[in-house]
Amino acid sequence: MKNKPHVIIFSGYGLNTEDETKTAFESVGATADIVHINELIAKPSLLLKAQILVMPGGFSYGDDTGSGKAYGNRLKQHLGAEIEKFLARDTLMIGICNGFQILTNAGFVPGALLTNDSGRYLCRWVDLEVVGKSPWLKGIKTLSVPIAHGEGKYFAPPETLAQLKKDGAIALKYVQGETAKHFNMPANPNGSLENIAGITSHDGRVLGLMPHPERAVRFTQLPHWTYLKERYVREKKEVPTEGSGLQIFKNAVNYFI
Amino acid sequence: MIRRIAVSSKVEDARAESLLRNLKNLFPQSALKGASYVQAYTIDADLTASELQQVAERLTHPVTETYLIEKIPTPRDFSYAIEVGFLPGVTDNAGHTARETIEDFLGRKFGGGAVYSSYFLFLTGSISEPEIERMARELHNPLIERASVYEKGGDFKVIVPRVKLHEHTAVDEVNLGVDDEELSRIGKEGIENEDGTRRGPLALSLRQLHVIRDYFRRQKRNPTDIELESLAQAWSEHCKHTIFADPLDEVKEGIYKRYIKGATEKIRKAKGKKDFCVSVFKDNSGAIAFDEKYLITHKVETHNSPSGLDPFGGSVTAIVGVNRDCLGFGLGAKPIANVYGFCVADPNDRTELFRDREKTQPLLPARRILEGVVRGINVGGNQSGIPTPLGFIAVDPSYRGKPLVFGGTVGLIPRKKGARKLYEKKAKSGDFVVMLGGRVGLDGIHGATFSSESLSSGSPATAVQIGDPITQKKLSDMLIREARDRGLYSSITDDGAGGLSGSVGEMAQESGGAEVDIEKIPLKYAGLAPWQIWLSESQERMTLAVPKAKWTAFRKVCDKHDVEATRIGEFTKSGRVVIRHKSKIISDISLDFLHDGRPVEQQKSTAPTRASLPKKDPAEGPAQALLRMLSGPNLGSISFISQQYDHEVQGTSVTKPLQGKGRVNADAGVIQPLFDSKKGVVLSHGYVPWYSKLDTYTMAAAAIDTAVRNAVAAGASRDYLAILDNFCWSSSEKPERLYELKQAAKACYDIATVYGTPFISGKDSMFNDFHGYTADGKPIHIAALPTLLVSAIGVIPDVTKAITIDFKRVGDLVYVIGDTNDELGASEYGGGGVIPVVNVKKNAKTYDAISKAIQKGLIASAIGIGRGGLGIALAKSVVAGQLGAQIEIDTSKVLGDAKTSEAILFSESQGRLLVSVARNLQKEFEKIMKDIALSNIGEVVQAASLSITLPEAKVELPLPTLTESYRSFFKQW
Repeated sequence: MKNKPHVIIFSGYGLNTEDETKTAFESVGATADIVHINELIAKPSLLLKAQILVMPGGFSYGDDTGSGKAYGNRLKQHLGAEIEKFLARDTLMIGICNGFQILTNAGFVPGALLTNDSGRYLCRWVDLEVVGKSPWLKGIKTLSVPIAHGEGKYFAPPETLAQLKKDGAIALKYVQGETAKHFNMPANPNGSLENIAGITSHDGRVLGLMPHPERAVRFTQLPHWTYLKERYVREKKEVPTEGSGLQIFKNAVNYFI
Repeated sequence: MIRRIAVSSKVEDARAESLLRNLKNLFPQSALKGASYVQAYTIDADLTASELQQVAERLTHPVTETYLIEKIPTPRDFSYAIEVGFLPGVTDNAGHTARETIEDFLGRKFGGGAVYSSYFLFLTGSISEPEIERMARELHNPLIERASVYEKGGDFKVIVPRVKLHEHTAVDEVNLGVDDEELSRIGKEGIENEDGTRRGPLALSLRQLHVIRDYFRRQKRNPTDIELESLAQAWSEHCKHTIFADPLDEVKEGIYKRYIKGATEKIRKAKGKKDFCVSVFKDNSGAIAFDEKYLITHKVETHNSPSGLDPFGGSVTAIVGVNRDCLGFGLGAKPIANVYGFCVADPNDRTELFRDREKTQPLLPARRILEGVVRGINVGGNQSGIPTPLGFIAVDPSYRGKPLVFGGTVGLIPRKKGARKLYEKKAKSGDFVVMLGGRVGLDGIHGATFSSESLSSGSPATAVQIGDPITQKKLSDMLIREARDRGLYSSITDDGAGGLSGSVGEMAQESGGAEVDIEKIPLKYAGLAPWQIWLSESQERMTLAVPKAKWTAFRKVCDKHDVEATRIGEFTKSGRVVIRHKSKIISDISLDFLHDGRPVEQQKSTAPTRASLPKKDPAEGPAQALLRMLSGPNLGSISFISQQYDHEVQGTSVTKPLQGKGRVNADAGVIQPLFDSKKGVVLSHGYVPWYSKLDTYTMAAAAIDTAVRNAVAAGASRDYLAILDNFCWSSSEKPERLYELKQAAKACYDIATVYGTPFISGKDSMFNDFHGYTADGKPIHIAALPTLLVSAIGVIPDVTKAITIDFKRVGDLVYVIGDTNDELGASEYGGGGVIPVVNVKKNAKTYDAISKAIQKGLIASAIGIGRGGLGIALAKSVVAGQLGAQIEIDTSKVLGDAKTSEAILFSESQGRLLVSVARNLQKEFEKIMKDIALSNIGEVVQAASLSITLPEAKVELPLPTLTESYRSFFKQW
């Protein structure tokens, strides 16, 4: 058995979901460090120790000048080549929410994230269907996780979309699943093109997605867990402890074992 | 050289769409058709043509956007364009980020230059000139922003909002050897400038000025302007809480010491070994034990006057400001939850009001105030990555003059790192005085004294600050992730009210003195006078004491996190705060005089006479009344807020702000701060300002009871629950209002000591008054209802036992717990009668029984019965569960003296909860509740209807009607 993977989670300039992302990875056996982008710029060799890179969620530079743009510029300018080298190894990378926006701006995954159709920041749960192939999503059919974003409407020009489809790089789509039905809410929360919630590149090893799997790793994080708990208890069934987002982190760790 | 880059979207642009939607809603008569949006960056720096082009590429998303240099892209067809940008000196976060992007690309800093952001909105449709002018007014706030309207074919002027100060930057001596009339003017209107204008209120009384004059006579000199300004801020109501501190009637030690602190001391003593308070009333937040390793902190602040002027800036500052009260607790707690509350006028109220008789300074419309304050907490909370599990809106016409904006922050801090206690701090003589974070501008000067005054035409625009959450987030990461645990500083506090004068003055008490070189303080722009630098409330700053030996390491951490840190002086043990300007001493005041020199004022109060409230028109039936209340802003859904405030970030959310299938706002929330511990934190609120119309004692008692009840309903128990008090009063110079204040404070003591819920932190804002003019030029005074917000914070052993408000299963039994009395006075239902009296001993037993039942897993749903009474609690439970209920209440089922249908359904008697229980648990549940007033009033049913049979009426309301009604008020928001 190979060693369990080491994760580097980027931080700085307003990224803010490093802690829960670290927790999610550590809970499934990885080791993880939160590293400031400026520390990586000063010492890119730190990347050599990692098997998984995470561009976590947050509000880098306050979304000023466009979400993910300023951080994406900084990343590309100072670490673009190093990350390409990192990906040339058999490694994984994920961009979650603001991290996804950063990865599109820095050109690591195609497309763009636009202001939600509502024109407003939205925090709610969504249901996702896995449509693409990726080590991150192995064995998962559907999952329910929260979103929290103002600019999450996925967009790609027709030629890019065609290419994505051809490559099987559309990873996740919003569907009317368990939570949307329970709360009677629309499947697509932001007007994303073809309900796209996440896409991949590099043979599925790089995943970018707007929803937050790291906030859906425990049962008591679910928006309707008190309702489900009553049902399970009355039906004399065991009450679960995990949320469906956890499998993504398990998959990432298992990829290296 | 000035360059301009314009970025526009190549694809459908939701920003334009949403602005268009808003304008169409506001101007339904106009022929407005379409809108497009262009973001502009005006760059005041030397760039080569090729640099400029590469910069533009970096400000443009390659897939969705396009740019033009020196030109504004105009749509082929438009009637008008409106450009909105900031006024000079106003925080411009987009401009700031653009500058950082450019500097990062160039690999060099701008020096004196800057980037200014603005946007152009192009509108199509045949719009009239008066219409476009009104639209432009809607799109900007003239206190902080500028708007220019352009017709088609016009040139788009390049506007550079560079700060130009021609202010007098010398230090002036202030002659206090003048008559009392002139002294009073200095106190009320401020120090006189050379040209005869005044610098703005010092809010110093004549008596205080005499004491100051005498102090400086003993020093054989006059004070400098910076000395007088420092004293005014240190002694302000805002900083010293003079009304709570000074003797009031027979309460010689002041009402704070006797009733608030006194309650906590009594409770802590009674609790003995079970005392969970760790650091109360002495730091920026209050702290209680969470477990053996961690403490949780809480603090709730208000930011009312500035929010009346610039609702967005005021409320963003409210929340990022109180975040610093968390970061400034001990050596720094990590913010883990924000809470909010908005007391506003009905947003549909169109009454025009003015600050001046000439009607040149209109108050913002009620709707824009609410929109602005909502957006402020959105930006401040979301960008900081702090979840917002709880909040409320309360509406009353008395909040039309000044809104109340509450912002609170819960923190988490390890008790120790190695042998160091992280919840204690002490600046040492010889430590550097270090200013960390943002730079100093004119922002918020006179903020501390300003909030001690009521809002009128003299209110300075500089009283408004706008927070920059990202600058603060960098600072927060740098402190909490690194510097704190490495022991790189020995003390820290927030630069809030009074800026450096407040923070350095406070910390100097720890070491015994401080010396500061004013010219070392980094400025946003040149031209500030020393007193302005010292008092500025520019945001995102904290003051630290850094030991000399740690400076290099500290500086390195700051550099990594891109946080500016400047040594501005040294802590001493001289007993004085000394300020130098170009090596000349410009301020030298003893710490004793600064902090304790303020003369104590004996305050006197008189009991007010009260008219009883008029009886309500009885024509309205109970079903109608229920729908009316449910569709009002006080009880209706505020999901538009809950959904735009991130409550999932940090992954700690347990129960949500919107609960059940029907997504109903709860009055409590539960979070799980540590992933590896099942322990949870319960947060709740209680407020019933409307009761102040009749009696403030009962108002305060009910506010505490409500907060405790809401926490208990969510799973907390009374024995591990602390509370915070936020008093927002008005007209506090009046003896009647002081009497009401004393009564409310006494209620705090009486209720909290019986519940055993200690106060751990609090704040007051005493002058929520507006003095202005109506549209027909008549003077008007609007005084906010005396308002007490009580925030509760409790620790629970196991989050999997937390409870939500939604009915869960068909067949579950529905119980009312507690007595329902005929107490409709000042209720949401309306009308006269008496207001609810809190039977605190009885309620304590009720709450304990409920807590026990919840811990045993006997309760499926629970909701505190509060505003709107039983009827509203039933409606919320069925809407949340999207299940019906069959309720029968004959007289035998009513415990208490309520007789009429209205009283049974809408009385706001305290100490009550509505719960649902699985049938198979009925016996066990009733056994636990055996000494408690308990009434089984019906059951949860599949039929989609709320059916209530009362002694003299029947209410039958379909679930969809209730749901629609509940969601109606803010549906378009």
